[in-house]
Amino acid sequence: MSAGLDDAGVPRLGRGVRLKHDRARGQWVLLAPERVLVPDDTALEVLQRVDGARTVSDIVSALAAEYDAPAETIRADVLALLQDLSEKGFVTA
Amino acid sequence: MSAPQPPMGLLAELSHRCPLACPYCSNPLELERPRGELTAEEWLRVIDEAAELGVLQIHFSGGEPTLRRDLEQLIARAREQEVYSNLITAGVLLDRARIDALAAAGLEHVQLSIQDSRAASADTIGGYKGGHARKLEVARMVRAAGLPLTINAVVHRQNLDHLEEIVELAVELDAVRLEVAHTQYYGWAYANRAALMPSREQVEHANAVVAAAKERLKGVLTIDYVVPDYYAKRPKACMGGWGRQFLNVTPTGKVLPCHAAESITDMTFETVRERPLAAIWEDGPAFERFRGTAWMPEPCRSCERREIDFGGCRCQAFALTGDAAATDPACGKSPEHASMVGLAETESAADTRDFVYRTMGRKERAGRVD
Repeated sequence: MSAGLDDAGVPRLGRGVRLKHDRARGQWVLLAPERVLVPDDTALEVLQRVDGARTVSDIVSALAAEYDAPAETIRADVLALLQDLSEKGFVTA
Repeated sequence: MSAPQPPMGLLAELSHRCPLACPYCSNPLELERPRGELTAEEWLRVIDEAAELGVLQIHFSGGEPTLRRDLEQLIARAREQEVYSNLITAGVLLDRARIDALAAAGLEHVQLSIQDSRAASADTIGGYKGGHARKLEVARMVRAAGLPLTINAVVHRQNLDHLEEIVELAVELDAVRLEVAHTQYYGWAYANRAALMPSREQVEHANAVVAAAKERLKGVLTIDYVVPDYYAKRPKACMGGWGRQFLNVTPTGKVLPCHAAESITDMTFETVRERPLAAIWEDGPAFERFRGTAWMPEPCRSCERREIDFGGCRCQAFALTGDAAATDPACGKSPEHASMVGLAETESAADTRDFVYRTMGRKERAGRVD
Protein backbone atom coordinates (compact mmCIF):
# COMPACT_ATOMS: atom_id res chain seq x y z
CA MET A 1 0.00 0.00 0.00
CA SER A 2 2.93 2.31 0.64
CA ALA A 3 3.92 1.87 -2.99
CA GLY A 4 2.12 4.15 -5.42
CA LEU A 5 3.24 7.36 -3.77
CA ASP A 6 4.50 9.13 -6.85
CA ASP A 7 3.76 12.46 -8.52
CA ALA A 8 0.40 11.33 -9.88
CA GLY A 9 -0.62 9.57 -6.65
CA VAL A 10 -3.52 10.98 -4.66
CA PRO A 11 -2.78 10.73 -0.95
CA ARG A 12 -5.62 10.71 1.53
CA LEU A 13 -5.86 10.48 5.28
CA GLY A 14 -5.94 6.89 6.55
CA ARG A 15 -9.09 5.19 7.83
CA GLY A 16 -10.28 6.81 11.02
CA VAL A 17 -7.75 9.67 10.73
CA ARG A 18 -8.78 13.30 11.15
CA LEU A 19 -6.87 16.60 11.32
CA LYS A 20 -8.20 18.92 13.98
CA HIS A 21 -7.30 22.23 15.55
CA ASP A 22 -6.82 21.71 19.26
CA ARG A 23 -8.06 24.83 21.01
CA ALA A 24 -6.88 23.85 24.49
CA ARG A 25 -3.24 23.62 23.38
CA GLY A 26 -3.32 26.04 20.43
CA GLN A 27 -1.98 23.51 17.92
CA TRP A 28 -3.09 21.16 15.16
CA VAL A 29 -3.33 17.46 15.89
CA LEU A 30 -3.81 14.39 13.75
CA LEU A 31 -6.30 12.09 15.47
CA ALA A 32 -6.11 8.40 14.57
CA PRO A 33 -7.38 5.15 16.09
CA GLU A 34 -6.14 5.39 19.69
CA ARG A 35 -3.23 7.60 18.63
CA VAL A 36 -2.58 11.32 18.42
CA LEU A 37 0.20 12.85 16.32
CA VAL A 38 1.27 16.47 16.66
CA PRO A 39 2.58 17.38 13.19
CA ASP A 40 5.47 19.84 12.90
CA ASP A 41 4.99 22.96 10.74
CA THR A 42 6.15 21.30 7.53
CA ALA A 43 4.03 18.20 8.05
CA LEU A 44 1.03 20.38 8.81
CA GLU A 45 1.44 22.35 5.55
CA VAL A 46 1.35 19.06 3.66
CA LEU A 47 -1.46 17.46 5.68
CA GLN A 48 -3.70 20.47 5.21
CA ARG A 49 -3.48 19.80 1.47
CA VAL A 50 -4.09 16.05 1.68
CA ASP A 51 -7.77 15.99 0.75
CA GLY A 52 -8.16 12.87 -1.38
CA ALA A 53 -8.41 15.02 -4.53
CA ARG A 54 -5.02 16.69 -4.98
CA THR A 55 -2.12 14.68 -6.42
CA VAL A 56 1.37 14.75 -4.94
CA SER A 57 2.46 17.10 -7.71
CA ASP A 58 -0.49 19.43 -7.01
CA ILE A 59 0.64 19.61 -3.39
CA VAL A 60 4.27 20.17 -4.38
CA SER A 61 3.37 22.99 -6.83
CA ALA A 62 1.14 24.69 -4.28
CA LEU A 63 3.88 24.62 -1.63
CA ALA A 64 6.59 25.70 -4.11
CA ALA A 65 4.47 28.70 -5.12
CA GLU A 66 3.56 29.61 -1.57
CA TYR A 67 7.11 29.42 -0.20
CA ASP A 68 8.89 30.51 -3.37
CA ALA A 69 11.16 27.46 -3.11
CA PRO A 70 12.53 25.03 -5.72
CA ALA A 71 9.96 22.34 -6.51
CA GLU A 72 12.60 19.57 -6.56
CA THR A 73 13.56 20.19 -2.93
CA ILE A 74 9.95 20.36 -1.83
CA ARG A 75 9.07 17.24 -3.81
CA ALA A 76 11.72 15.18 -2.02
CA ASP A 77 10.53 16.41 1.38
CA VAL A 78 6.86 15.81 0.60
CA LEU A 79 7.45 12.28 -0.70
CA ALA A 80 9.60 11.36 2.30
CA LEU A 81 7.01 12.72 4.68
CA LEU A 82 4.08 10.96 2.99
CA GLN A 83 6.03 7.72 2.87
CA ASP A 84 6.69 7.93 6.61
CA LEU A 85 3.06 8.82 7.44
CA SER A 86 1.87 6.03 5.17
CA GLU A 87 4.03 3.42 6.92
CA LYS A 88 2.55 4.57 10.23
CA GLY A 89 -1.01 4.32 8.91
CA PHE A 90 -1.85 8.04 9.02
CA VAL A 91 -2.00 8.41 5.22
CA THR A 92 -2.81 6.05 2.37
CA ALA A 93 -1.73 6.45 -1.22
CA MET B 1 3.75 23.14 41.15
CA SER B 2 2.45 24.61 37.87
CA ALA B 3 -0.90 23.53 36.44
CA PRO B 4 -0.72 20.17 34.67
CA GLN B 5 -1.03 19.89 30.90
CA PRO B 6 -4.55 18.91 29.82
CA PRO B 7 -5.26 15.20 29.36
CA MET B 8 -5.24 13.72 25.85
CA GLY B 9 -7.63 10.85 26.43
CA LEU B 10 -10.57 9.87 28.61
CA LEU B 11 -11.60 6.27 29.22
CA ALA B 12 -15.34 6.35 29.88
CA GLU B 13 -16.40 3.12 31.56
CA LEU B 14 -20.13 3.24 30.98
CA SER B 15 -20.96 0.05 32.87
CA HIS B 16 -19.17 -2.80 34.58
CA ARG B 17 -21.81 -5.20 33.29
CA CYS B 18 -20.42 -7.55 30.63
CA PRO B 19 -21.59 -10.79 28.99
CA LEU B 20 -18.00 -12.06 28.99
CA ALA B 21 -16.03 -13.13 32.04
CA CYS B 22 -12.38 -12.90 30.96
CA PRO B 23 -10.02 -14.11 33.69
CA TYR B 24 -7.73 -11.07 33.13
CA CYS B 25 -10.54 -8.50 33.21
CA SER B 26 -9.16 -5.03 33.89
CA ASN B 27 -12.20 -3.96 35.91
CA PRO B 28 -11.78 -3.89 39.69
CA LEU B 29 -12.40 -6.95 41.88
CA GLU B 30 -15.36 -5.09 43.36
CA LEU B 31 -17.60 -4.32 40.36
CA GLU B 32 -19.90 -1.29 40.46
CA ARG B 33 -23.61 -2.10 40.44
CA PRO B 34 -25.90 -0.92 37.63
CA ARG B 35 -28.07 1.00 40.11
CA GLY B 36 -25.34 3.57 40.80
CA GLU B 37 -24.34 4.16 37.16
CA LEU B 38 -24.20 7.75 35.89
CA THR B 39 -27.28 8.82 33.95
CA ALA B 40 -27.16 9.95 30.33
CA GLU B 41 -27.45 13.56 31.53
CA GLU B 42 -24.45 13.14 33.79
CA TRP B 43 -22.37 11.53 31.05
CA LEU B 44 -23.29 14.35 28.64
CA ARG B 45 -21.97 16.85 31.17
CA VAL B 46 -18.77 14.81 31.61
CA ILE B 47 -18.26 14.81 27.83
CA ASP B 48 -18.74 18.60 27.68
CA GLU B 49 -16.34 19.10 30.57
CA ALA B 50 -13.78 16.77 28.99
CA ALA B 51 -13.91 18.65 25.68
CA GLU B 52 -13.51 21.96 27.49
CA LEU B 53 -10.55 20.55 29.42
CA GLY B 54 -8.78 19.56 26.20
CA VAL B 55 -9.51 15.83 25.92
CA LEU B 56 -9.01 14.81 22.27
CA GLN B 57 -10.25 11.23 22.34
CA ILE B 58 -12.96 9.52 24.37
CA HIS B 59 -12.81 5.75 24.61
CA PHE B 60 -16.28 4.42 25.43
CA SER B 61 -15.62 1.24 27.33
CA GLY B 62 -16.84 -0.90 30.22
CA GLY B 63 -17.57 -3.68 31.01
CA GLU B 64 -19.55 -3.71 27.87
CA PRO B 65 -20.54 -0.17 26.76
CA THR B 66 -23.13 -1.34 24.22
CA LEU B 67 -25.32 -2.46 27.14
CA ARG B 68 -26.13 1.25 27.56
CA ARG B 69 -29.01 2.18 25.28
CA ASP B 70 -27.95 5.83 25.47
CA LEU B 71 -24.56 5.13 23.90
CA GLU B 72 -25.62 6.74 20.59
CA GLN B 73 -26.56 9.93 22.43
CA LEU B 74 -23.16 10.09 24.14
CA ILE B 75 -21.29 9.48 20.89
CA ALA B 76 -23.33 12.20 19.18
CA ARG B 77 -22.33 14.65 21.91
CA ALA B 78 -18.65 13.74 21.55
CA ARG B 79 -18.96 14.34 17.81
CA GLU B 80 -20.65 17.68 18.38
CA GLN B 81 -17.72 18.64 20.61
CA GLU B 82 -15.29 17.42 17.90
CA VAL B 83 -13.86 14.85 20.28
CA TYR B 84 -12.74 11.63 18.58
CA SER B 85 -14.94 8.76 19.73
CA ASN B 86 -13.74 5.20 20.03
CA LEU B 87 -15.86 2.21 21.06
CA ILE B 88 -14.09 -0.54 23.00
CA THR B 89 -16.36 -3.56 22.85
CA ALA B 90 -16.57 -7.32 23.18
CA GLY B 91 -18.93 -7.09 20.21
CA VAL B 92 -21.17 -10.08 20.99
CA LEU B 93 -24.28 -7.93 21.60
CA LEU B 94 -24.00 -5.94 18.37
CA ASP B 95 -25.97 -6.40 15.19
CA ARG B 96 -25.88 -4.49 11.91
CA ALA B 97 -28.70 -2.11 12.85
CA ARG B 98 -26.99 -1.04 16.06
CA ILE B 99 -23.63 -0.64 14.32
CA ASP B 100 -25.28 1.56 11.68
CA ALA B 101 -26.91 3.63 14.42
CA LEU B 102 -23.58 4.09 16.20
CA ALA B 103 -21.90 5.10 12.93
CA ALA B 104 -24.72 7.54 12.18
CA ALA B 105 -24.28 9.09 15.63
CA GLY B 106 -20.70 9.91 14.65
CA LEU B 107 -18.63 7.01 15.98
CA GLU B 108 -15.15 7.16 14.47
CA HIS B 109 -13.51 3.87 15.39
CA VAL B 110 -14.25 0.45 16.90
CA GLN B 111 -11.88 -1.65 18.99
CA LEU B 112 -13.10 -5.24 19.12
CA SER B 113 -11.58 -7.76 21.54
CA ILE B 114 -10.83 -11.34 20.64
CA GLN B 115 -9.69 -13.92 23.18
CA ASP B 116 -7.78 -16.20 20.81
CA SER B 117 -7.56 -17.10 17.11
CA ARG B 118 -9.32 -20.43 17.73
CA ALA B 119 -12.98 -20.51 18.63
CA ALA B 120 -13.02 -23.27 21.26
CA SER B 121 -10.18 -21.75 23.24
CA ALA B 122 -11.46 -18.18 22.78
CA ASP B 123 -14.92 -19.12 24.09
CA THR B 124 -13.45 -20.82 27.14
CA ILE B 125 -11.20 -17.86 27.96
CA GLY B 126 -14.06 -15.38 27.57
CA GLY B 127 -16.53 -17.68 29.32
CA TYR B 128 -19.09 -17.10 26.53
CA LYS B 129 -20.16 -19.91 24.22
CA GLY B 130 -20.35 -18.94 20.55
CA GLY B 131 -18.66 -15.63 21.30
CA HIS B 132 -15.73 -15.97 18.92
CA ALA B 133 -17.86 -16.78 15.87
CA ARG B 134 -20.12 -13.86 16.70
CA LYS B 135 -17.14 -11.51 17.01
CA LEU B 136 -15.92 -12.46 13.53
CA GLU B 137 -19.36 -11.61 12.12
CA VAL B 138 -19.41 -8.34 14.03
CA ALA B 139 -15.93 -7.41 12.74
CA ARG B 140 -17.21 -7.81 9.18
CA MET B 141 -20.32 -5.75 9.96
CA VAL B 142 -18.17 -2.97 11.41
CA ARG B 143 -16.14 -2.83 8.20
CA ALA B 144 -19.27 -3.04 6.05
CA ALA B 145 -20.60 0.00 7.91
CA GLY B 146 -17.44 1.85 6.89
CA LEU B 147 -15.96 2.07 10.38
CA PRO B 148 -12.23 1.53 10.94
CA LEU B 149 -11.44 -1.47 13.12
CA THR B 150 -8.82 -2.35 15.72
CA ILE B 151 -8.55 -5.92 16.91
CA ASN B 152 -7.43 -6.19 20.52
CA ALA B 153 -5.98 -9.42 21.82
CA VAL B 154 -4.89 -9.83 25.41
CA VAL B 155 -2.23 -12.53 25.41
CA HIS B 156 -0.99 -14.95 28.06
CA ARG B 157 0.34 -18.49 28.41
CA GLN B 158 -2.83 -20.15 27.09
CA ASN B 159 -3.05 -18.27 23.76
CA LEU B 160 0.40 -16.82 23.14
CA ASP B 161 1.49 -19.66 20.89
CA HIS B 162 -1.30 -18.66 18.46
CA LEU B 163 0.04 -15.14 17.95
CA GLU B 164 0.86 -15.64 14.25
CA GLU B 165 -2.74 -16.74 13.69
CA ILE B 166 -4.03 -13.72 15.59
CA VAL B 167 -2.02 -11.40 13.32
CA GLU B 168 -3.35 -13.18 10.22
CA LEU B 169 -6.90 -12.94 11.53
CA ALA B 170 -6.56 -9.17 12.02
CA VAL B 171 -5.37 -8.80 8.42
CA GLU B 172 -8.17 -11.04 7.14
CA LEU B 173 -10.75 -8.97 9.04
CA ASP B 174 -9.40 -5.81 7.34
CA ALA B 175 -8.40 -4.20 10.62
CA VAL B 176 -6.37 -1.02 10.42
CA ARG B 177 -4.72 -1.71 13.76
CA LEU B 178 -3.92 -4.65 16.02
CA GLU B 179 -3.24 -4.28 19.69
CA VAL B 180 -1.40 -7.19 21.24
CA ALA B 181 -1.46 -6.64 24.98
CA HIS B 182 0.37 -8.90 27.36
CA THR B 183 -1.77 -9.44 30.43
CA GLN B 184 -1.05 -6.88 33.15
CA TYR B 185 -1.10 -8.58 36.51
CA TYR B 186 -3.37 -6.71 38.87
CA GLY B 187 -7.05 -7.19 39.71
CA TRP B 188 -8.51 -10.34 38.13
CA ALA B 189 -5.35 -11.19 36.27
CA TYR B 190 -3.43 -11.13 39.55
CA ALA B 191 -5.88 -13.68 40.94
CA ASN B 192 -5.36 -15.85 37.83
CA ARG B 193 -1.66 -15.23 37.46
CA ALA B 194 -0.52 -18.84 37.80
CA ALA B 195 -2.86 -19.88 34.97
CA LEU B 196 -1.83 -16.96 32.72
CA MET B 197 1.87 -16.23 33.19
CA PRO B 198 3.81 -17.07 30.01
CA SER B 199 7.25 -18.60 30.03
CA ARG B 200 10.29 -16.54 29.09
CA GLU B 201 10.63 -18.60 25.87
CA GLN B 202 7.03 -17.87 24.89
CA VAL B 203 7.58 -14.15 25.47
CA GLU B 204 10.79 -14.08 23.44
CA HIS B 205 9.06 -15.88 20.59
CA ALA B 206 6.12 -13.47 20.75
CA ASN B 207 8.47 -10.48 20.65
CA ALA B 208 10.05 -11.85 17.48
CA VAL B 209 6.65 -12.57 15.89
CA VAL B 210 5.49 -9.01 16.56
CA ALA B 211 8.72 -7.43 15.31
CA ALA B 212 8.55 -9.40 12.05
CA ALA B 213 4.83 -8.69 11.53
CA LYS B 214 5.31 -4.96 12.14
CA GLU B 215 7.96 -4.81 9.44
CA ARG B 216 6.04 -7.00 6.98
CA LEU B 217 2.70 -5.20 7.43
CA LYS B 218 3.91 -1.57 7.35
CA GLY B 219 1.20 0.57 5.79
CA VAL B 220 -1.31 -2.30 6.01
CA LEU B 221 -1.73 -2.99 9.72
CA THR B 222 -0.44 -0.85 12.58
CA ILE B 223 0.57 -3.13 15.46
CA ASP B 224 0.80 -1.78 18.99
CA TYR B 225 2.44 -4.06 21.49
CA VAL B 226 1.96 -3.81 25.25
CA VAL B 227 5.04 -5.46 26.66
CA PRO B 228 5.14 -8.20 29.30
CA ASP B 229 7.10 -6.52 32.00
CA TYR B 230 7.65 -9.40 34.40
CA TYR B 231 10.59 -10.33 32.17
CA ALA B 232 11.64 -6.76 31.32
CA LYS B 233 14.71 -4.84 32.47
CA ARG B 234 12.98 -1.47 32.54
CA PRO B 235 9.38 -0.75 33.51
CA LYS B 236 6.71 0.53 31.14
CA ALA B 237 5.87 4.25 31.17
CA CYS B 238 2.50 3.40 32.62
CA MET B 239 -0.28 5.72 31.35
CA GLY B 240 2.49 7.94 29.91
CA GLY B 241 2.99 9.06 33.51
CA TRP B 242 0.45 9.34 36.31
CA GLY B 243 -1.89 12.31 35.80
CA ARG B 244 -0.05 13.42 32.65
CA GLN B 245 -2.15 12.26 29.68
CA PHE B 246 -5.14 10.17 30.69
CA LEU B 247 -8.03 9.96 33.04
CA ASN B 248 -10.69 7.36 33.61
CA VAL B 249 -14.29 7.79 34.73
CA THR B 250 -15.93 4.70 36.24
CA PRO B 251 -19.62 3.75 35.80
CA THR B 252 -20.54 5.55 39.03
CA GLY B 253 -18.45 8.61 38.19
CA LYS B 254 -15.22 8.06 40.14
CA VAL B 255 -12.31 9.79 38.41
CA LEU B 256 -9.17 7.65 38.32
CA PRO B 257 -5.66 8.34 36.99
CA CYS B 258 -5.70 4.86 35.44
CA HIS B 259 -8.33 2.16 35.09
CA ALA B 260 -6.62 -0.10 37.62
CA ALA B 261 -5.97 2.58 40.25
CA GLU B 262 -8.61 1.20 42.61
CA SER B 263 -6.39 -1.83 43.13
CA ILE B 264 -4.30 0.51 45.29
CA THR B 265 -6.40 0.16 48.38
CA ASP B 266 -5.26 3.22 50.34
CA MET B 267 -6.45 5.77 47.79
CA THR B 268 -9.63 7.80 47.68
CA PHE B 269 -11.16 9.07 44.48
CA GLU B 270 -13.42 12.03 43.82
CA THR B 271 -16.46 11.69 41.58
CA VAL B 272 -17.86 13.85 38.78
CA ARG B 273 -20.93 14.26 40.97
CA GLU B 274 -18.84 16.18 43.54
CA ARG B 275 -16.52 18.39 41.50
CA PRO B 276 -15.97 19.38 37.86
CA LEU B 277 -13.63 17.16 35.86
CA ALA B 278 -11.13 20.00 35.34
CA ALA B 279 -10.82 20.65 39.08
CA ILE B 280 -10.29 16.95 39.83
CA TRP B 281 -7.64 16.75 37.08
CA GLU B 282 -5.84 19.88 38.23
CA ASP B 283 -5.54 19.32 41.96
CA GLY B 284 -7.45 16.20 42.98
CA PRO B 285 -5.43 14.32 45.63
CA ALA B 286 -5.50 11.05 43.67
CA PHE B 287 -3.90 12.80 40.66
CA GLU B 288 -1.43 14.82 42.73
CA ARG B 289 -0.19 11.81 44.66
CA PHE B 290 2.10 10.41 41.94
CA ARG B 291 2.27 13.30 39.49
CA GLY B 292 5.72 14.58 38.55
CA THR B 293 8.86 13.27 40.24
CA ALA B 294 8.76 14.71 43.78
CA TRP B 295 7.01 11.63 45.24
CA MET B 296 9.67 9.25 43.96
CA PRO B 297 11.91 7.21 46.24
CA GLU B 298 15.44 6.22 45.26
CA PRO B 299 16.54 4.74 42.91
CA CYS B 300 13.86 6.52 40.81
CA ARG B 301 14.42 10.05 42.09
CA SER B 302 17.96 10.38 40.76
CA CYS B 303 17.45 8.03 37.78
CA GLU B 304 18.13 9.51 34.35
CA ARG B 305 14.99 7.74 33.10
CA ARG B 306 12.65 9.25 35.71
CA GLU B 307 10.87 11.33 33.08
CA ILE B 308 10.90 8.53 30.51
CA ASP B 309 9.18 5.75 32.45
CA PHE B 310 7.99 7.78 35.47
CA GLY B 311 8.94 5.00 37.88
CA GLY B 312 6.76 2.45 36.07
CA CYS B 313 3.37 1.25 37.21
CA ARG B 314 1.96 2.26 40.63
CA CYS B 315 -0.59 -0.56 40.65
CA GLN B 316 2.08 -3.16 40.01
CA ALA B 317 4.33 -1.66 42.68
CA PHE B 318 1.45 -1.88 45.15
CA ALA B 319 0.44 -5.41 44.14
CA LEU B 320 3.96 -6.77 44.52
CA THR B 321 5.43 -4.74 47.37
CA GLY B 322 2.43 -3.39 49.28
CA ASP B 323 3.78 0.15 48.73
CA ALA B 324 2.30 2.09 45.82
CA ALA B 325 5.22 4.57 45.93
CA ALA B 326 7.88 1.88 45.57
CA THR B 327 9.94 1.51 42.41
CA ASP B 328 8.06 -0.78 40.01
CA PRO B 329 9.63 -4.24 40.51
CA ALA B 330 9.69 -4.58 36.72
CA CYS B 331 12.71 -2.27 36.87
CA GLY B 332 16.11 -4.00 37.17
CA LYS B 333 17.07 -1.34 39.74
CA SER B 334 14.27 -2.36 42.11
CA PRO B 335 15.38 -4.45 45.10
CA GLU B 336 12.30 -6.61 44.41
CA HIS B 337 13.18 -7.29 40.77
CA ALA B 338 14.86 -10.66 41.25
CA SER B 339 11.99 -12.06 43.29
CA MET B 340 9.48 -10.83 40.66
CA VAL B 341 11.35 -12.63 37.88
CA GLY B 342 11.60 -15.74 40.06
CA LEU B 343 7.89 -15.63 40.70
CA ALA B 344 7.14 -15.32 36.97
CA GLU B 345 9.39 -18.26 36.16
CA THR B 346 7.82 -20.43 38.84
CA GLU B 347 4.25 -19.57 37.93
CA SER B 348 4.80 -19.96 34.19
CA ALA B 349 5.71 -23.57 34.93
CA ALA B 350 2.64 -24.13 37.14
CA ASP B 351 0.53 -26.99 35.85
CA THR B 352 -2.75 -25.22 36.46
CA ARG B 353 -4.78 -24.08 33.49
CA ASP B 354 -7.86 -23.30 35.56
CA PHE B 355 -9.32 -19.81 35.68
CA VAL B 356 -11.35 -17.98 38.29
CA TYR B 357 -13.87 -16.00 36.25
CA ARG B 358 -15.19 -12.58 37.14
CA THR B 359 -18.89 -12.57 37.80
CA MET B 360 -21.44 -10.07 39.04
CA GLY B 361 -23.91 -11.27 41.62
CA ARG B 362 -23.34 -14.89 40.69
CA LYS B 363 -21.26 -17.57 42.29
CA GLU B 364 -17.72 -17.83 41.04
CA ARG B 365 -17.26 -20.25 38.20
CA ALA B 366 -14.12 -22.07 37.25
CA GLY B 367 -12.99 -23.17 33.80
CA ARG B 368 -10.01 -24.21 31.74
CA VAL B 369 -8.73 -24.29 28.18
CA ASP B 370 -8.13 -27.90 27.15
